[in-house]
Formats: sequence, C-alpha cells, structure tokens
Amino acid sequence: MLEIKNLHARIAEDGTEILRGIDLKVNAGEVHAVMGPNGSGKSTLSYILAGKEDYEVTEGEIIFHGENLLDMEPDERAAAGVFLAFQYPIEIPGVATMEFLKTAMNAQRKARGQAELTIPDFMKLVRAKAADLNVTMDMLKRPLNVGFSGGEKKRAEILQMSLLEPSLCVLDETDSGLDIDALRIVSEGVNKLRSPERAMIVITHYQRLLDHIVPDVVHVLSKGKIVKTGGKELALELEKNGYADYVGEAA
Amino acid sequence: MNAPTPINHTQAEAGLVARFDAVRPSLAGSIAVTALRDAAAEQIKATGLPHRRVEEYKYTDLRAFMKSAAPLAAPATSAEAKSVLDGFESYGALDRYRIVIANGTFNADLSDVDALAAEGVTVTDFNDGLAGENGSELLATPKMAGQDGTLALNTAFVQGGVVISVKDGADVSKPVELVQVAVGEGAQVSRNRIVVAKGATFKLLETFAGDTGAGETNVVFDYDVADGAKLAATRLMAGKAEGAKLFTTLARIGADAEFKALGFLAGPAFARNQQFISFTGENSEAKIYGVTMARDRDLADQTLIVDHAVPHCNSREFFKTVLDDEARGVYQGRINVAPHAQKTDGEMMTQALLLGEGAEMANKPELEIFADDVLCAHGATCGEMDADLLFYLRARGIPEAEARTLLVLAFLSEAIEEFDEDTVTEELGARVRAWLAA
Repeated sequence: MLEIKNLHARIAEDGTEILRGIDLKVNAGEVHAVMGPNGSGKSTLSYILAGKEDYEVTEGEIIFHGENLLDMEPDERAAAGVFLAFQYPIEIPGVATMEFLKTAMNAQRKARGQAELTIPDFMKLVRAKAADLNVTMDMLKRPLNVGFSGGEKKRAEILQMSLLEPSLCVLDETDSGLDIDALRIVSEGVNKLRSPERAMIVITHYQRLLDHIVPDVVHVLSKGKIVKTGGKELALELEKNGYADYVGEAA
Repeated sequence: MNAPTPINHTQAEAGLVARFDAVRPSLAGSIAVTALRDAAAEQIKATGLPHRRVEEYKYTDLRAFMKSAAPLAAPATSAEAKSVLDGFESYGALDRYRIVIANGTFNADLSDVDALAAEGVTVTDFNDGLAGENGSELLATPKMAGQDGTLALNTAFVQGGVVISVKDGADVSKPVELVQVAVGEGAQVSRNRIVVAKGATFKLLETFAGDTGAGETNVVFDYDVADGAKLAATRLMAGKAEGAKLFTTLARIGADAEFKALGFLAGPAFARNQQFISFTGENSEAKIYGVTMARDRDLADQTLIVDHAVPHCNSREFFKTVLDDEARGVYQGRINVAPHAQKTDGEMMTQALLLGEGAEMANKPELEIFADDVLCAHGATCGEMDADLLFYLRARGIPEAEARTLLVLAFLSEAIEEFDEDTVTEELGARVRAWLAA
C-alpha cells in the first residue's frame, strides 16, 4: 500500500536536514510502530506523508496505492486515503465541529466522485461513532477543538479518523497528553479501525501505547534513518534499555 | 485678517459648490434649515472635502478619491423604484416590514406605513420635519463630530429621508428594512431619524439597492434610544460600487437602554462607516460591531467614537476586517470617558486578516479616560491566514479554496455571532461567502 524509498527531507526555511534516507514498506492490514528519541524525525515523517509545506523532499519517493504521493496536494492525499492524527490538534475558533466534519466528509466524497451525505445520514453516522469515543454532543456543538482538554482533542481526532475511513492512518504521538482512561478509549477507537484493507503507522515515544495498539512491525528511527526493524518485542526491549544502543549504531 | 486662505478647489469641490447653487432653491426646509445648509456648503467651499491632513480622514482621503461631483439623483417614480427593488436581494425570505427611500426621498407607496402604524410605529417624511418649526433640530450634530466633512455634505445636500418613531413600550414583531433605492445614476443624500421611545424594542435593517454610478451615497442614521429601549441596527453594504459610500451614525442612548449595531461593508471602491455614539443615561449598554471586506485597490473605513458621558455604562466594540490584493482597511475607534463617568466598562478590539501581500490595515484604537474608576481595554491585531489552520483543514480533505473560505468565514463570524441577531446571521454569512466567491 505504502512504499517509502530513500526519503531525504529538510526544513524548507533553513535547510536543516531531518530525514536522511528512510525506507519503509507498509502493507494493507499491517500496523507499524515508529519509535525513536526526540528529534529523530518521527513527526517530520508524518507531516511529509500528509503534505505539510514546511518540509522539502530532496531525494526519494513515496508511493501510495501505486501513485506518487509527493505529487499530490494535502487535500488530494486525504481524499486518496491518508489521515494524519495530529500530535497537537489545532483549535479553530469560529468553525463548528459538526460543520467541519460535514465539510471534510463531503469534500472527500466529492473528490472520489461519490454523492454528498444527506444531513440525516451524516447525523446518524456521527452520533454512532461519537458515542463509541465518548465524544459528547456538547463537544460537537463547540468550535473545532476550542476549549477541548488534551484527551478530548485526541478523541476528536480519532472520531474524525473513524468518520473519514482512511486506508492509511498515521498517528503522531496520539498517546501524548492522555491519562490512562483516555489512552484506553482512544486505543479502543483505533483498534476498531484495524482491518485487512487498512494500514497504520503509529508514531510514539513510549511502549505503553503499544500495549493497547499492538503493532505487527516496530521500527526505530534515529537521526533521520530507520536503524532497526523488528517485531512487537522490539518495543519492549526499547522500553527496558532505552534508545542508546540504536542512537549509537546510527552515529 | 483671520480668514483662511481660500483653497484651490478640486474638480469635485468646484462641482459640489456649483451643485449646491443649482439645487439650493429646490431643497426642503425652513429658513433655519436653509441657514444650516448654507453654513455647511460654506464649510465645504472654504475647507474642501476631507483629506489626509484632516486627522479623522488621515487614511481615508475623500478629496483624493472623488474625481467629480455627480448631480443629485432626480426624483424617482414608485414604478421605477419598485423595479429596482424587485431585482434586489437583501434578506431573502426574511419576514420583515419595509420602508423605502428612493433617490434620497421617502416613498410612502412602497413602504409598509399602515402595517407599521398598527404596531405603534409612525413613519413620516423627513422633509416634512425639515419644513416644520423644529426642522433645524433634525440636522443637529453632536459636538464630538466636530466639523466633520461627511456630515457637512449631508447637511448641505440632504434630499430627504424618514422619521421613524416607535412608541413607548412597543415591541415591533418583525424587523424593519430601511432601504435606500437608487434609480439611475446620481448622488444620493438622505437622513433618517429613528426614535425608539421608552421601553420599546426595534430591529432595523439598513440596506442599499441600485447603482448610483459615480455619485456618492451619503446617509445619516440618527438614533434616539430612550430609557429602557432596545435598538438593534444592521447596516449592510454589499456589492461593487464606484461612488463613495459615506454612512454616519449618530446615537444617543438613554438610561437602562441597549443599543447594538453591526456595520457590514463588502465591495465598494470607497466606503466609510462612521459612528458617533453617546450615553446620556446610566446603566446602559452599547455593542458595536464591524465586518469589513475589501479587495483590489478599494478602501473601507470603520470609524467611531463612543462617548461615555455618564457613569455605569458598558460598551463593547469589536471589528473584523479582511483585506485582499492591495485593499486598504481603516479602523479608528475611540472611547471617551468623562471625568465623572465612573464604573465605565469599555472593551474595544479590532482584528484584521490580510490575504493579499499588498493589503494594508490602519488600526487606531484610542482610549481617552478622565475618570479613575473604570475598566477599559483596547487591542488590535493584524495578520496573515494561519498556515497551520489551513494545513489542518486541507489534511482532512478540504480543498484549499474551500478551506480559506471556511477560515475567513470563521474569522468574521466571531463578530457576527457576538452581535447575536438571529434574523441576520445567516444572510451575513452568505454575503461573506459571496464576497469570497466573487
């Protein structure tokens, strides 16, 4: 489904090199965890997948469903099935959450040549999925993410993900800022979305998220490169020994 | 010896002087009114149109903008005015009464005079008032407006308008649209007195139909909000227009009263919406909002003075401006607090979003406080569209143009929503979308 080949990227503004040759292949149905110390390039990788303009790809390519992802605008990528759950979901005053959800869903449907959802169908869908994630109607009436707690913001992200039904979910430190209960709710929401047609890239510092969302493959990212790939047991090993071994290898 | 050096008239100024001489005999009013007109015309003749060296017009140089003085629009028939109105979309299907000013004068045929009378609202011709004993009182201007050039132009040339009187305690069931209709090209100058008597509630929708061509539109809305009364006024100027659009609010707010106003400007080449608001009674509230959009090389100006002349009043001023291309926006807001006006609470905010690299915003919030026990604040922000917000929306599949529309709408909606007038919220949102799509 997704193949990243020799990806090099830098910050567009100052030229700082962040990614130095990432190779990553993710098949449908797989959950890949990407772990690594601060500054290893994890978030940059997620932003580049989603199409943020702050980064410049200097080498390499990303093939998604057979298409060159780097040629696509952020909204085209979303319509093609990429979803980034943001580490810090953004507050947008003045945009009601419901209005935003409807606009996003219909924009993607339109881009895929599907008919827009009727309002009753849309409401039904949102109500059902919101209940699963403990997202209240009161939250949905508020402007997007405005006044939401850290946990509420993450739940709202996963709600968006479940409504938009992407084929590739990229979760950027979804566990940050979550208490144990919120972590469980969010993880259950994510696990519900696991399916043979869908792949996930779960970016995290800590192993604890991976207790809930059990990965098929674990990668260690250091200094812009994947320095180790293994099974879920690799995450446990990292939790015990830290990143020191791998940071050393990459240097 | 002290006579000012005569100025060199621009073509427009010379044209205005000639226009006054030509129309003076036909303009309405008592002898006292005519004297006021003469004095105003003399002011224009002596000092010219307001320009950048007049502090209040520093960023809004009417003298430079007005190339010529178009003739005053000739009187229009009801049939002509009706045909313009038929093609005019203001508030869609909103259930409302209508009062029509056509080419500067009141048109009773097209106005819901009888229905309004049944609700306790009398509507009379401003010119009848001007001809009456107290005619000159209708042209009174507050001291804080000084020698304002826009008001002088209005006083000199005012063609007519209406006096709307809402009787004590009336709660008018529907909003009233006061529409200025332009039939054919030409300058339109009208003045309207709106009196909301004790305890009455009134919602006014001010709209502008038709195309005045190069002629200026100069309309004064003069509000008397009596003790315990509530007035909400929405001024909607949308659509491209070549001539200057000059609007003035004069408001006096009694005790325990509520005054709300929103001025919406989108499209004219040159627009100034100026407001002079004073509290005359205690425990009252004024909420003044502005929603402004300009593009190309257009200019839009929102200027106001809120005079806290008495204690225990609250005022809120919240203005939003969106500028594209090389448009210029102006916000000049001043809160005056008189020495004895203790417990005044004034909060002023102006925010601008610049979409075009060549766009310019002049934000000038001011506080003049002479009392010592007050809460007053002001703020101004100016910025580009937030790239992170835009990316977030696009990452959810919303195409760039639509994402920008959403964000501009969100930015402006803050003022529209705080204004909180259900009858206009949707329509104003639609106007923002229309402006963005144009």
